[in-house]
Amino acid sequence: MSHHKIEVNSLKYQYTDGRQALNGVNFLITHGESVGIVGANGAGKSTLLMHLVGILFPNEGEVNVGDVPVTKKTLPVIRQSVGMVFQNPDDQLFMPTVFDDVAFGPRNYQLPEEEVEKRVHEALDTVGVLHLKSRPPYKLSGGEKRAVAIATVLAMKPDVLVMDEPTAALDPKSRRRLITLLQGFTHTKIITSHDMDMVFELCERTIVLKDGKVSADGPTLEVLSNRELMEDCSLEVPLTLQACPVCGRNNI
Amino acid sequence: MHMADALISPVVGGAMWAATTGAAAYSVKKVQYDLDEKKIPLMGVMGAFVFAVQMINFAIPATGSSGHIGGGLLLAIILGPYAGFLTMASILAIQALFFADGGLLALGSNIFNLGFYTCFVAYPLVYKWFTSKGYSQGRLLWGSILAAVIGLQIGSFSVVLQTIISGKTELAFGTFAMLMQPIHLAIGLVEGLVTAAVVSFIWKARPEIVERVSEKALGGVSLRKVVAGLAVATIMFGGIFSWFASTRPDGLEWSILNASAMEELDASGGIYDTIASVQEKIAFFPDYGFKNQERKVIEDTKETDNFWPSIDMGTSVSGLIGGLMTLLLAGITGLVIYFVKKRKREDII
Amino acid sequence: MSNITQSLYNIRLLDELGEKKTVIHQIHPLAKVLTTGVYLVVTVSFGRYELSGLIPLLFYPIIVIALAEIPVITMAKRVLLVSPLIIGIGVFNPILNQDPMIVLPWIIISSGWVSFLSLLVKGVLTALAALLLISTTGITKIALALRMMRVPKVFILQFLLTYRYISVLVEEVGRIIRAYSLRSPREKGIRFSNWGSLTGQLLIRTLDRAQRVYYSMRCRGFKGEYNVGREVGIQFRDILYLGGWSVYFLIIRYFNISELIGSLMIGVGK
Repeated sequence: MSHHKIEVNSLKYQYTDGRQALNGVNFLITHGESVGIVGANGAGKSTLLMHLVGILFPNEGEVNVGDVPVTKKTLPVIRQSVGMVFQNPDDQLFMPTVFDDVAFGPRNYQLPEEEVEKRVHEALDTVGVLHLKSRPPYKLSGGEKRAVAIATVLAMKPDVLVMDEPTAALDPKSRRRLITLLQGFTHTKIITSHDMDMVFELCERTIVLKDGKVSADGPTLEVLSNRELMEDCSLEVPLTLQACPVCGRNNI
Repeated sequence: MHMADALISPVVGGAMWAATTGAAAYSVKKVQYDLDEKKIPLMGVMGAFVFAVQMINFAIPATGSSGHIGGGLLLAIILGPYAGFLTMASILAIQALFFADGGLLALGSNIFNLGFYTCFVAYPLVYKWFTSKGYSQGRLLWGSILAAVIGLQIGSFSVVLQTIISGKTELAFGTFAMLMQPIHLAIGLVEGLVTAAVVSFIWKARPEIVERVSEKALGGVSLRKVVAGLAVATIMFGGIFSWFASTRPDGLEWSILNASAMEELDASGGIYDTIASVQEKIAFFPDYGFKNQERKVIEDTKETDNFWPSIDMGTSVSGLIGGLMTLLLAGITGLVIYFVKKRKREDII
Repeated sequence: MSNITQSLYNIRLLDELGEKKTVIHQIHPLAKVLTTGVYLVVTVSFGRYELSGLIPLLFYPIIVIALAEIPVITMAKRVLLVSPLIIGIGVFNPILNQDPMIVLPWIIISSGWVSFLSLLVKGVLTALAALLLISTTGITKIALALRMMRVPKVFILQFLLTYRYISVLVEEVGRIIRAYSLRSPREKGIRFSNWGSLTGQLLIRTLDRAQRVYYSMRCRGFKGEYNVGREVGIQFRDILYLGGWSVYFLIIRYFNISELIGSLMIGVGK
């Protein structure tokens, strides 16, 4: 299924205030890959993600999803195949109940109401929160909110999942549950995070951004264990890869 | 200040609902016509913002007291008049539903008093007048203050008119207006000052928010239409008011006269009066005694031979006893349902 | 501060009540909205000096409260905070109008007091009607009823969004005020010099949030049109509910039940 590849070619983007957020980014992600995007605050991670779903459009270069370039005209197609989970679930859960929220996307595609209901049930079931169906969002815990936010995207049946900081502000147990959940997904996954251990567990490939450019791109183990590179990009080697503070033994 | 259901008559409530619905329908059209889908979430979130900001206490310098803002003008400045009006309508609707603030029947009137005058009169005529030749600290300050004060003055005067026309208070028009207008001058000043402070801050931090939106808004509002609408409203209110003033020189006297006429009706009985009373009730104009000339005659004749024409001890007693009985019955009904339900629940468990 | 916690608590409580599944909750939202409308119009159509005639109107809220299992005390607390305007204006009635109206062997009550009481009763009844509507229906179903009443979708979506983000923003304002008052313990409110920056910064954050919300809506196919779910059909019992109550309200309006019962009692007594 090569048509689900995501291709970014010499992508440049400058915000209206003059800040150059992306300065020539290149990569190709193929179907079924799970890719972590890491980098310091302001390295351009979120800006990059917004280009993948067509919220922002490049000043220079191009983004292709499958063989379709991301432009204003192709948005309906792009958004059906690429689903984005935002960093703050409160921005994504904007309807008064969980059900209405998950149904928002499918309804926008004018699906018959039976199909909408079926999709909502499936999506909520997949993330394990079907019982929260009629709750208002403010009654959900952080982990539950995150799960519902993912369900809102799953209900659109995307091929690619794009996630911005999915483990931010989660307690350890919810974080673990989320990681297990995401491991079970067969979608192409693109995840930005500061949670190096999560990236280490979930993604076989990692792209490091620095000052709007790709400074490393390769197998996660190789990239994240490169202490020098990590320091240089204001990052850190995952704790899992660091020597044990008590016995000094190294895992690898 | 919120108008309340209890103070409004069905006719006034209905008329204000009609006016508000009209303004809202036009605004929805305008917002949709702009094809600015971005505005919808912006309106939604801004509504919640104003709702939250209404809870902030602003300490008023040199007075030791604190004030709140309503936020109508701020909404008009940030969103433009049409979206601002609709957002204000949402906020007031939520307050009416969840806090019984004002009430649902008076909602139309509240949206009009607090939203319409600010968004479609004060904002385009006052605020825009000050800022149309460019923005400066001073223009924003004076524009906001004057717009807020004028908007609230018209709004509170409108509350006075609606209350008096509804006829649920003994207050004379003049007294009521003298109470309301000065209070709202103070409220308007606080509203204007806070709005000015916020808008100036935003203008310095992100000038495009203040400048961009209002540019668009200017294109949207036809000044001529607003002025024409205002003129019609003035003539209407003026007409009602002058009629009111000329036929009823004293609000107090009028209400007493009216009251005695009502009681007269109940006391004298008879088929004619029953029909008249049904007629009166169908019209939902129970407080107005001007429909039935004949009744006045009866009342005048009675007034001469009875010191308290309107009082019949029998009616009073039966009303009181019956009222208490009904109250009791209602209470018992509630309790019975409650216990039956409880029993059922226990059975299930 | 208490104001803020209180209002959030209020909204959430009514939300919770709206999720119940009692007989009343199952009535079609449109039927309930219309019944509330008829009730309000009938209630406020009573004249300034009518008091006993209003009392049978109490049956409606009492029956709805009992059937819908609404906690009486919490509801009573809310209703007692009747709009200050009613009391503010109504309190002049007894002062301005001291003509006797109810004459009983032991007491004479002036019409001013009667009209004040009448105002208060109406205030309580109308406030109850609004609170009962929301606490037996819930916001989502209110939106459905609005849709069926042909309210434009744009307005409904905007209304729902405002409702949704009240929770988020009121909490945020709460945090800001807590942080502010911790560093300025002696002040009653926000100092003049901070009016603009405190509120303005919140406003800018709100605008940014609105933009993110918009993005997330667009990512899920939003094109300016809000698509409501299935419209639930009106059943016979819904019509019966609306019709039954309306007939009852109109009967009360035309016949003073209280007085009828009273004269019956007196007649029997004699």
